[in-house]
This record gives sequence, structure tokens and C-alpha cells, in this order.
Amino acid sequence: MDILAHVPILVVGIPLLGAFATPLIARAGARARNWFAIFILLLTTALAIALAVSVFQAGPRVYVLGGQSFGFTLPSGYFFPIRIILEADGLSAFFVLIIAVTTLLGAIYSTAFMRAHSGLEKYYALLLLLAAGMFGMVVTGDAFNFFVFLEITSIAATGLVAFRTGRAESGEAAFKMMVLYNIGGLLVLLAVAILYGQYGALNFAYLAKLIEYSLLDVVALALFVLALALKAGAVPMHMWVPDAYPAAPAPVTMVMVANTQIGLYGLYRICFSLYGLKLTPALVGWIVIILGILSIFIGVSMAVIQRDLKRLIAYSGIAQIGYMLLGVGVGLAVLGTPALDSYGLMAMKGGIFHIVNHALYEGLLFLAAGAVSYRAGTRNLDQLGGLAHNMRWTAFFFIIGGAAIAGLPPFNGFASKLIIYESVFKFNPILAVIALLASIITLAIYARAFQSVFVGPKLPAYKDVREAPPSMMFAMAILAALVVLFGLFPDLVVRYLVSPAAQALVNRAQYIEAILGAGLGVR
Amino acid sequence: MEVLKTGSGFWSALIWVAIALGAFLIIWLFSRAFERGYKRGTDQADPFLSGNPPSPGQRVTASDIYWGFVEALKGYYRPLVRAHSGVVNDYLAWAILVGAIVFVLLGGFMR
Repeated sequence: MDILAHVPILVVGIPLLGAFATPLIARAGARARNWFAIFILLLTTALAIALAVSVFQAGPRVYVLGGQSFGFTLPSGYFFPIRIILEADGLSAFFVLIIAVTTLLGAIYSTAFMRAHSGLEKYYALLLLLAAGMFGMVVTGDAFNFFVFLEITSIAATGLVAFRTGRAESGEAAFKMMVLYNIGGLLVLLAVAILYGQYGALNFAYLAKLIEYSLLDVVALALFVLALALKAGAVPMHMWVPDAYPAAPAPVTMVMVANTQIGLYGLYRICFSLYGLKLTPALVGWIVIILGILSIFIGVSMAVIQRDLKRLIAYSGIAQIGYMLLGVGVGLAVLGTPALDSYGLMAMKGGIFHIVNHALYEGLLFLAAGAVSYRAGTRNLDQLGGLAHNMRWTAFFFIIGGAAIAGLPPFNGFASKLIIYESVFKFNPILAVIALLASIITLAIYARAFQSVFVGPKLPAYKDVREAPPSMMFAMAILAALVVLFGLFPDLVVRYLVSPAAQALVNRAQYIEAILGAGLGVR
Repeated sequence: MEVLKTGSGFWSALIWVAIALGAFLIIWLFSRAFERGYKRGTDQADPFLSGNPPSPGQRVTASDIYWGFVEALKGYYRPLVRAHSGVVNDYLAWAILVGAIVFVLLGGFMR
């Protein structure tokens, strides 16, 4: 059997089955449970890499569930797809890699970070379930499945945020998240129902071919934009983010960053692949740009006044989501015009490049903050200080993450922000200036955070603090290495990861033909 | 050497690193001629706190940093912090407001 032919379903199925098997494996002991979760995510990462390589080399991959053959998208005698179809293109492959790396490193970091907690079979089961949901969202070509996987991610993420039941803030944050995620999920379901009621189909590619931009299509688009911007944590629907991120265990927060980015994936997929030029690109593009600029401005403003280290990182992360919205929003605003080739596509590449960079440096910062709270017992910036004496490597990793998020060369954040600044400047110089100013404030924010946590004389309260355990150091070291490598060789990342993802968004016809063209031979 | 084309120009982190290393080398060479007056454990090593005499355990905390910036922008920060109330009803109200604006914009500018 050609196992690689089944990769699109395996990246979803393996963590899903792993999630339900974890409580059984856990009966063999904590070590078996931990290694099992890591093994499942390692296997999934290998499959994710295989999927990405095949997509980048040969174009979109489709996989039909329950059909005559997994490659026949149109059953005999039919002119439209009726089965559940998975479709992985450059954008899906890009996100699959992000999900795989963050969940794997999250599981590795958890082995030490969560050691003191009980009920960890549920923790790892939820982590694997969250991974399965995220993988499902980015590889499905079916609108209803998209909603189902969205709900899976919502349930698993809420459970993980609420996992530390001994802390009131965890329960409260999870409750707020649950309310907002449910609202978002229902909005997506309503949008899907509207499209199904109009066209009698659920397949994204087929819907994209039929969509007319009627009043109901506009309503569905507005519902999608609202729900997915809410999941992405765009201002002013961001307020659950600074509640949930600090309340969750550090490795979960890192995975939650990827989970938030899946909201962006959904937004891009709906705007570009489903609606494309049928929507009013300039108007929708400007809506996305305004959400982005608001996120950048409010995110950095609120980060300046935070005293909780993780809350500070969460707010600055909201600002980074703004950069991703800004870059791709500019691309959307000039879609179908000559400006797309002039600077729009480059702005989109900058926005997409920033997604992977953000997953890496924001993940690194949260893990470093987790190491600080794990050893020092607090995240309060006013109480912390002088930890670099005892936690040199954590301080080093924090510097790398802080420099990257502030956009300092030669780290990865600089390369993606440079592309965004230059291309957005051609679209509207004021937007570029706001983005640039926000980066300067971000640098000031992280200088303050580093000074408060790591610099200064050794404080009596932390004189016996030790460096983080090896598994936590390993996860941080991998992320730090990726931040540096992506910064030193950004051209390779853009050429092999980012460009195929941006092209997948712009090339709507290829997305549609992969489904409707692949089955023509059997009709 | 591969460089990243940014649309308007190019970026090569390796060239930047090479230039930065060269600059550090020049600074290091100059620094050999600097006066070596630093004495560990003396007043020189104490933090300068606006001329106030240092007291044991005194240090600059996170709340002290950028105090002037935040104080000067009090008028901006007061409503901003109030909007982040922590109440889930308010979170929903913001989502409804954005939803209404998006509906009006998309519906109003329908072709």
C-alpha cells in the first residue's frame, strides 16, 4: 500500500486516534503516556513534512473519503462532488507544518512542565485532539467539515485552558473562551447553512465555482469574517486572548498561538478561495486592513502597561496578528488589479511569512515565560528580577524571542516585517508608518520585560532558582534555532514555504480545478 | 549568495551579520584605548536613581519603567483599560458591534 497516498487523512486520523488511545496507554504509566503522545506527534510531523513536500512539488492533493477511489472527486454520473473531500494546497501545507512543529514541541515541553499535575492522560488526549482539529481545518475541502473541526479545536482548547482546575483564573478564562468560541462556531454554521441552502453543496471548490455574491452570499461572508476574526483574536474581538493565554499552561499557550492562526487560515481561505473576485476585494481588503491596524495599535498600547509577563506577550501577540492581517489585507484590496503583481503579492508573502515567524518566536517567548514561572513561581514583572544569574539559557532564549518579535535583524521577524513595510508603503504610506512605529514600541516593551525579569542583582527570593529542566530547554532551543535559521535564510523560507502558500491564495482556479478537474475522467 | 527580494530592494542577513561583526571588531579595537577606571564594588556600580542615595534592595521595577509615557497618555489609556473590563458580556458587545459594521459595509457597497 502506498502510505504517502493517504497522507491527507493520516495527518488528521493519527492524532485523533492517538487522543482516544492516550487514556488506555496511560494505564501503563506516566512515562509510556508521555512517550506515546510524543511518538504520535512525531509521526504526524513526519507525515506533515511528506504532505508539504508533495504539495510543493506537485501541486494540490485531494483525498476523497468513502468514494470509489480516494482520487476520484466526482462519482460516476455526477457533475458535482457529493463526498467529503480533503484538499491540501500550498496554504494548507504551510499551516500543516506550523501545527505539527508547535504541537510536537508543546508535548515535549509538557513532560517536565506538567509533571506535578494529575489527570495528565486527559491533558495529552486534549492536546492530540486539538492537533487533529487544527489539521482537519486546514486540509478539509468541505464547508461543514470545516465547522466540525472548528468545534473540535474549540472544545479541546477550552479544556486545555481550564486544565489547571486549582486556579480560578483558568476556569474563568476558559468560560469566556467557550462563550466566544461557541458564538463564532454558530456563526460559521449559519454561514455554511446559508451557502448550502442556496447551492445545495458543501464543497468549497464547487461552491467557489457557483457563488454569485447575492445578498445571502454577502450575509454568509460577513458571518465568516466575523467568526474567523474572532477566533484569530483581531481587535476589538481580542479580549479573550489576554485572559486565555496567561491562564493556560505555557506549552498549551504556544499551541494556542497556532490555533489562533488557524482563524487567519479560515479567513484567507474564505476570502480568496471561496469568494475571490466575486466579493468586493477593495472593500473586504480594507475591512481586513482596518482590523489589522487596530490590532497592531491596541495590541502594543496594552502591552506597554502589563505587569504579568504572559499577558504582556499575549497583547504583543495580538499586535503581530495585526501585521498578518495588514499584509494579506493589502493583497486582498488590490486583488484583480495590476497592483497585485506590483506589490500586493509581496504584501501577502510578508503577511504569510509573518505567520510562521510569529508561531516560532511567540511560542519561544511563551515557553521562556513558562520556564520563569515554573522556577520562580510568579509571572509578576514587579516581583521578578535578576534571574539571568541562575537561568542564563532561558534569558538567552528570551532575548532571541524578544528581538525577533520586535523585528530586529538578523532574526526572522525582521525579514517578514521588512517585506510588509515596503509593500504596504506602496499601498498607503500611513499604514506602513503605523506598523513601523508599533515595532519600535514592541522593542521598548521587550526591553522592559527583559530588564524586569532577568537583569539586576540576584534577589533573595530567587537565589536558589535553577535553570529549567532539559525537556523544556530542548523545546526552547529548537524554537530558538528555527528563529535564527529563518532569520538568516529568509529567502529559502519564502521560496519553498511562503510563495507556494501565497500563490495558492491568488490562484483560485487551481484550487477549484483540483476538485472539479480531477474527477472528469470518471464521469 | 542568496538574498531575499523584498519588492523594493533586497535583504541578506548574512551580509548584515558580516557588517555587524566588522563593526564590533572596530569598536573592540577602539575600546583597547579606553580608560580603565571601572572599579567593581564601589559607588560606580550602584544604579543612578535621579540622584537619590541608594538604599538596600532598591531597584527599578517594571511599573517604574515608562511611567512618564503612560502618565502623559493617561487620557488615552483610561478608556482603553476601561474597555478591557474582563466581563464576557462586553466582549460579546464588541463582537456584535463589529458584526453590525461589517454587515452594513458589505451590504451597503454590494454591486
